[in-house]
Amino acid sequence: MIYLTADIGSTYTKLVATDIESCKVLGASCAFTTIETDVREGFNNALRNMEAQIGEFSYDKLICCSSAAGGLKMVALGLVPELTAKAARLAAASAGAKVVKTYSFEISKAEQEEIYEINPDLVLLCGGTDGGNKDVIIANAKRLCQIDRDFSVVVAGNKSASHELQKIFSYSSNSKANSGIDSLSEGLDNSASESLDDSFSRDTEKYFAKHFVITQNVMPEFNKLNIEPARNCIEELFISKIVEAKGLSALQKMSGHEIIPTPLAVMRACELLSRGVSESEQGKVCLQGKVHTFDAALMAGWGDLIAVDLGGATTDIYSMADGNPTLSNMLSKGLPEPYAKRTVEGDLGMRYSLAALVEEAGIDRIVREATSFSGSEITKEQVESWIERCCHNPDIVSSKGSIEESIEEAIAKMAVEIATDRHAGIIESVFTPVGQMFALTGKDLSEVPLVIGIGGALANSEEPSKILSGAKYNSARYIYSKPKEPKFMIDGKYIFASMGLIGGFNPAVALAILKEEIKKV
Amino acid sequence: MKKRVIVTGVIGADVHAVGNKILAYALEEAGFHVVNLGVMVSQEEYIEAALETNADAILVSSLYGHGEIDCNGLRDKCDEAGLKDIILLAGGNIVVGKQDFKEVEKRFMDMGFTKVYPPGTQPETTIEDLNLMFAKK
Repeated sequence: MIYLTADIGSTYTKLVATDIESCKVLGASCAFTTIETDVREGFNNALRNMEAQIGEFSYDKLICCSSAAGGLKMVALGLVPELTAKAARLAAASAGAKVVKTYSFEISKAEQEEIYEINPDLVLLCGGTDGGNKDVIIANAKRLCQIDRDFSVVVAGNKSASHELQKIFSYSSNSKANSGIDSLSEGLDNSASESLDDSFSRDTEKYFAKHFVITQNVMPEFNKLNIEPARNCIEELFISKIVEAKGLSALQKMSGHEIIPTPLAVMRACELLSRGVSESEQGKVCLQGKVHTFDAALMAGWGDLIAVDLGGATTDIYSMADGNPTLSNMLSKGLPEPYAKRTVEGDLGMRYSLAALVEEAGIDRIVREATSFSGSEITKEQVESWIERCCHNPDIVSSKGSIEESIEEAIAKMAVEIATDRHAGIIESVFTPVGQMFALTGKDLSEVPLVIGIGGALANSEEPSKILSGAKYNSARYIYSKPKEPKFMIDGKYIFASMGLIGGFNPAVALAILKEEIKKV
Repeated sequence: MKKRVIVTGVIGADVHAVGNKILAYALEEAGFHVVNLGVMVSQEEYIEAALETNADAILVSSLYGHGEIDCNGLRDKCDEAGLKDIILLAGGNIVVGKQDFKEVEKRFMDMGFTKVYPPGTQPETTIEDLNLMFAKK
């Protein structure tokens, strides 16, 4: 039985053919994505490339994921930056979205305009614990309705505001571009909304239709995270709304299975590799496979791990770990973070967001790193010229052994370093009457034993451990709780997304292949 | 009737955990919804919690003597964050040494606290005060 997986990226359509019986990857191929015309063209081209490698074959199942046409572009709204706004960002990121921006408190006119410019596919609207603040989420709901863009809204905030929110969004959906909100105010008997309405100029504001779903609060109680319901809604909306808008429905029909965002597939593979497969799961799905009796050693996961996906536009970090404090005199502070956490950095990428990355890292640091990587002096001018060439021509590839390769590696290391800094927990030292204590905000990843590299810049590098060393703890930046002694491994064939997809049907096989194909460096 | 929401916690670098737990328990038993932030709570954390939960009162505990420094500016920050007229209470060993409580009380009231409690105050006293304050609101 052969499963064919397709990852429709913005630039490339990548295929992986897997033999389920023998737990082997038969081949991988790629071709340019053709989303503007017909996505099937690119798919067929990639399929022909595959057949050129491994000969003609027929597949039993086709499963797809996609990050094409900008991926699943989202913005998240919450109340307090470190609380519901952060919870909203975590939920959106863990659903595989590219979270372009997170907003807190009542959004300003400028922020409203910014959302218009971002033109997101989905908006996650949160704010307030259940029974807590509802003014802000109601105000933001109205402001979202005033934005003349066709995005869907997932509402996952204070349940006590759901009546008002339902009214606001159904009002906006019932009549396109309603002028005035007088009739809306009449429909609302709530005092909070009344006072808020006053602040709007009643005749000039317009409402635009929004598709919406109301689900459970991402933070129902103070500091209690509940991101699963929001995450499921995002996934369902991606399947029902976004797939068509992104020109993927033809492929969806061909496959017969639901298309999911690529980062979600990667996330699932990370979870699978970390947690392993339990006996009950294996029994359900691995009927045709070779492994009939449950082999605990074979089906065990690798435990805590971090995966780094370094791409052209974003750098994604996945951490699979509880992240509990590793020191006895350490206290956890702030919002507890989930075992499976993903962050996506839209300003850190090797090509499309290179300018922002260079600005963040600082050109001097890149020059220093590049010089130490190459062993000979590299000048600022050389670095600047390469960056300029990359910005003008995103398809450019550095040649092996060149100065540019060292510069490229230095930039990649910076991206990994900054992205993991932002992902990891922050440790602050506090002096108390009972001695020195440490306050940990986020996940303590210092004992995570494994960092896995995914993505072109890492897979193509001669020495990916140089780049991945950016994920390691650095005593000069000691506040970031990153792995102290990690092993580095690499996903050379870029099979993570594929195995995440196969894992949905046959986790035992996907796990076996991951453990086989992810290689130490 | 909706339960009143009270944010509690021990401010600053103070790690006295026991009294805070007893107080939170007593407040829960008295029918309040308690959002207990535990020990080593910063001013910002009280405010963030009060914002999200739409709290009715913030109850600051301090046992290690630095309470005065830790509490200074909390009311201003509450005002700034839009927590208008929120009830602010402080109690414990809030200053160093044996000082005249009258003076201590005045200094805390000047900082904008609604009420301040001397060492040894029983939870019942605070609960009674809170009920009175809520009845007036």
